[in-house]
Amino acid sequence: MDEKIIKVLIAKPGLDGHDRGAKVISHALKEAGMEVIYSGLHKTIDQIVHIALQEDVDIIGLSIMTGAHISIVGKLMKKMQEEDIIDKTVFVGGVIPAKDISKLKDLGVAGVFPGGTPLFETIELIKTHMKRT
Amino acid sequence: MAVARYIKDDKDRILDVILESGIHVKPSYTPEDLNRIGFDYEKDVADPGQYPYTRGIHPLGYRSREWTTRQYTGFGSPEETNQRFKLMISHGQTGLNVAFDLPTQMGYDSDDPMSEGEVGRVGMAVDTLRDFEIAFKDIKLDKIGAGLTINAVASIMLAMYQAVGEKYGYDPKVISATPQNDILKEMVGRGAWIFPVEPAVRLIGDTIEYAMTVMPRTNPVSVCGYHIRESGATPAQEIAYAILIANVYIDNVLARGYDIDAFVGRFSFNLNVFGNMWEQIAKFRAARKLWARNLKEKYNVKNPQNLFLRGLFGGGGYGLTKAQPENNIMRGAYYALVAALSGAQTTALCSYDEAYTIPTPHSALLSLRTLQLLMDEMGLRDTVDPLAGSYFIETLTKEMEQKIEEETEKIVKYGGMIKAVSKGYIQRLVARQAYEVEKGLESGELLKVGVNIYKEGESEEVKLHEYNYESAERQIEDLKQVKRQRSQQDVLRTLKELESVIKEGKNVMPCLVECCKAYVTVGEMTSIFRQEFGEFQEPALF
Repeated sequence: MDEKIIKVLIAKPGLDGHDRGAKVISHALKEAGMEVIYSGLHKTIDQIVHIALQEDVDIIGLSIMTGAHISIVGKLMKKMQEEDIIDKTVFVGGVIPAKDISKLKDLGVAGVFPGGTPLFETIELIKTHMKRT
Repeated sequence: MAVARYIKDDKDRILDVILESGIHVKPSYTPEDLNRIGFDYEKDVADPGQYPYTRGIHPLGYRSREWTTRQYTGFGSPEETNQRFKLMISHGQTGLNVAFDLPTQMGYDSDDPMSEGEVGRVGMAVDTLRDFEIAFKDIKLDKIGAGLTINAVASIMLAMYQAVGEKYGYDPKVISATPQNDILKEMVGRGAWIFPVEPAVRLIGDTIEYAMTVMPRTNPVSVCGYHIRESGATPAQEIAYAILIANVYIDNVLARGYDIDAFVGRFSFNLNVFGNMWEQIAKFRAARKLWARNLKEKYNVKNPQNLFLRGLFGGGGYGLTKAQPENNIMRGAYYALVAALSGAQTTALCSYDEAYTIPTPHSALLSLRTLQLLMDEMGLRDTVDPLAGSYFIETLTKEMEQKIEEETEKIVKYGGMIKAVSKGYIQRLVARQAYEVEKGLESGELLKVGVNIYKEGESEEVKLHEYNYESAERQIEDLKQVKRQRSQQDVLRTLKELESVIKEGKNVMPCLVECCKAYVTVGEMTSIFRQEFGEFQEPALF
């Protein structure tokens, strides 16, 4: 049986414009056979959830470089509950200090990929996670 | 590529070295190489201070003029920023480089819902003139220049700088600001854009036109190849795109009927340092030459002083690593060495913790000391362009020049810089290259210490600057207070005038200064621009 193609939204929430990482991971996931939608810059949580709904993605990948990851993820989770799309998996990448990783997981994030995480590791973790769910 | 690519055999012998710009490096160079490239000292290099300025713009280099040290500074509230400015000045820093938080960069006030969680985080928050009054209190604005690291709303910040200068009794003619003010690079590489290309370029033209007469010591634009390189451009592309972008701004001002010699001498550049050392040095030498030639041959610039490529050559953030952060101290020192060997006018060196966040006072001071000891201890002031005449460096400089010209030609063929940025052509290209670099690091074809080689000995996480939520709340309170105290009538009047000035296509700067003086907020001014200009539509990349 064919495996279902994983559909990913790579999103840049908030005002930060450092999108090198988001674009690199988009390329990597595409080459790994996933379908990738890149949100573009400066998206609000509402806009991100809207795109996720509209495109019916399996995964929302947030790229956050500003240090505001805890508050941004908190808002996303609340909005996802409101829209009843908590079945979608959330991953976070960017400048994330080690001490915040467990906090993000407590909020419901499935995996955190701090800057410097090898691409293959990210891809493998996503694939393994999606097989489990 | 992040660094040069080394092709090796099984015994780890180097078979080939390919620089990021595509140049192959030979194991050794001789006078024969100079013959091969048709090297002509007078034409290709010439003495320091002589056209085409390959060896530098001043005959005596750092002997006559030491480089300006301008560490990127600014965080949290204007009070904290003011303290940091004074600390760095007391340590001998000779220029200021103001970091603004993202809401300010994007034209939102601290109390805007879009600003939540971001106030004062990566730079200082600026809502009204009050914030500049505090940030620049007791700083001698006629003695020290300020780099304003801002682009989309650079016109507002320049107006704010004039307003604060006047408030503290300085004639705008004696103050010197260098707003970054390069919107096209934001569209390519850093993302802090607001307005569409055309009106955004018009605003830059306004600042250049205005500065000519009102703030003549100001460098109204600092063209940033730096950020384009950070996004994935090669060194050759960095210079090619920077010159093409500068030409867009030049053309805007020329279309207003000015003589090129009246304004182009105040252009400055912000260029990047990380990567292969020799390639960087050759890049800067070639860049000076190509900029001078561009101005002389394409624009017929008459005054030799207006042909100078004056630059802040800064240690590149992308070169730093999150792994083994203390290695970044060594990287920074070598970046500074490259900048000095390349004849930088100004340097700012990323601090070792900047792969995480804005620097602590300790790390910022270490960077400043790195810059100072090169000048005062290691002999970098002794002689100009000490690598000149090297068979290798001269050959490489010439080859870099050719590579930069090839990259320029590609954009010209595509239809020019504005089209290439609007359509996302350059964005797609550099994003793809960034991905190739990551793949190269993963396969081990590109080497990065602590990342894919010598990974043992990872030290603990560094002590970082902590975000202060209280200072963000205080900033919002202070904004409310300013709004209560200011004259509502003046606010409405100046904003109305701004609206009509924009509609009529007049220069917005005089009106922005009036707005600032009336304590109109950055968000209020920007919303008028947003309403008149709309927003940049990012081209789809995937």
